[in-house]
Amino acid sequence: MSVGIVLVSHSAELAEGLAELAAQMAPDVTIAAAGGLAGGGIGTDYDEVVAATQRADAGAGVVLLYDLGSAQMTAELAVESLADPSAAVVVDAPLVEGAIAAAVAAQGGADRAAVAAAAASAGAPPDLTFDEGVQDGESSVELTLRNEVGLHARPAAVLARSIAGLDAEVTVRLGDETADADSVLALMALGARQGDRIEVRAKGAQAEEALSKVKDLVEQNFGE
Amino acid sequence: MACTAETLAAALRAAAAVVAEHRAELVDLDRAIGDADHGENLDRGFTAIVSALDTATPETPAAVAKLAATTLISKVGGAAGPLYGTAFLRASGKLGDAAEVDGPLLVEALRAALEGVQARGRAVEGDATMVDALLPAVSAAEEVSGAGVAAILAAAADAADKGAESTVDLVPRKGRASYLGERAKGHLDPGARSTALLLRAFAEAAK
Repeated sequence: MSVGIVLVSHSAELAEGLAELAAQMAPDVTIAAAGGLAGGGIGTDYDEVVAATQRADAGAGVVLLYDLGSAQMTAELAVESLADPSAAVVVDAPLVEGAIAAAVAAQGGADRAAVAAAAASAGAPPDLTFDEGVQDGESSVELTLRNEVGLHARPAAVLARSIAGLDAEVTVRLGDETADADSVLALMALGARQGDRIEVRAKGAQAEEALSKVKDLVEQNFGE
Repeated sequence: MACTAETLAAALRAAAAVVAEHRAELVDLDRAIGDADHGENLDRGFTAIVSALDTATPETPAAVAKLAATTLISKVGGAAGPLYGTAFLRASGKLGDAAEVDGPLLVEALRAALEGVQARGRAVEGDATMVDALLPAVSAAEEVSGAGVAAILAAAADAADKGAESTVDLVPRKGRASYLGERAKGHLDPGARSTALLLRAFAEAAK
């Protein structure tokens, strides 16, 4: 049971397109699109937002994202009107990046607060750090990316998902930069392409398991 | 004179007529700095309120206000729906079970409506929004809170007119108009204008 996501937009096509995009990276998460007016046209429909919020709630709560001002107000009003307003939260985040980050976090089993935090932090510059070399207790494996798009959106999401829930801290290095492997946006920001050689490091009780999962993914071209 | 469910319903019908009459004006104001739908959206919302009042007979002023709130929230769309909806919803909460609304209770409801709008839209005075009409209206109402419903609403409507006019000289800091920056200066804010129109309609109905 994962946290549900509602995308509130002035445009039905925008909400639906984004839901489709995010769903590709989070197949088990309910992502409900609430865009446009009931009779068609640009605007936000309160009743639709309430219905989408109820639809998205499987019991673990809901995170709502919005595009522009009145969509935020409609979303907040919808949350206030729920039988249990604490079941849902409206997050101030860039809509596209926030939706992707939230969907992947929800797919990985994060709770409502963590999904909301993932969305909210998607607006900040990705968390890249300068590489400091292999640390004590860290295992590592070097892998060459063979899939066509490299470590772009979907593969990055698949990678982050594969290690979610494992007791291991995993990082991915390309050149001088290192990204936390649980952050899809940070992985994407590495810009690792086909043919690039990445180093994956892990520490923790399930470090070896994490490395072998990532190795399998890379070798199988992330299922592409 | 105190306000009952019947008189509030009659005031909302009068307000619906005023909104319909000024629909084109509000659309024109909104065309200059927004997306030209304010008049259309409000007209749709108030027409729906009249239809709802034709089929239901809420028994208290609070129930009438709540019906107006839920109708506006569902039908208006755009920013005006959640803002006016919140205003009526908060006012309704303040009215409680009262069968009649006297001056002091009306002033409390107006204050609650203002606070609701500010909380929902996060706008303050000077942002060129409906707050610039509603805030001076509530202050004026508070000054004459012992004077009776009709006098309170008349004072509020006068202050709202002046407040709405003041938005002409402001640079909008909220809503779509804010994206225009300095270019939006010199325009009457459509939300402030509609707030002034609604308060005037209520004041006329209370005479």
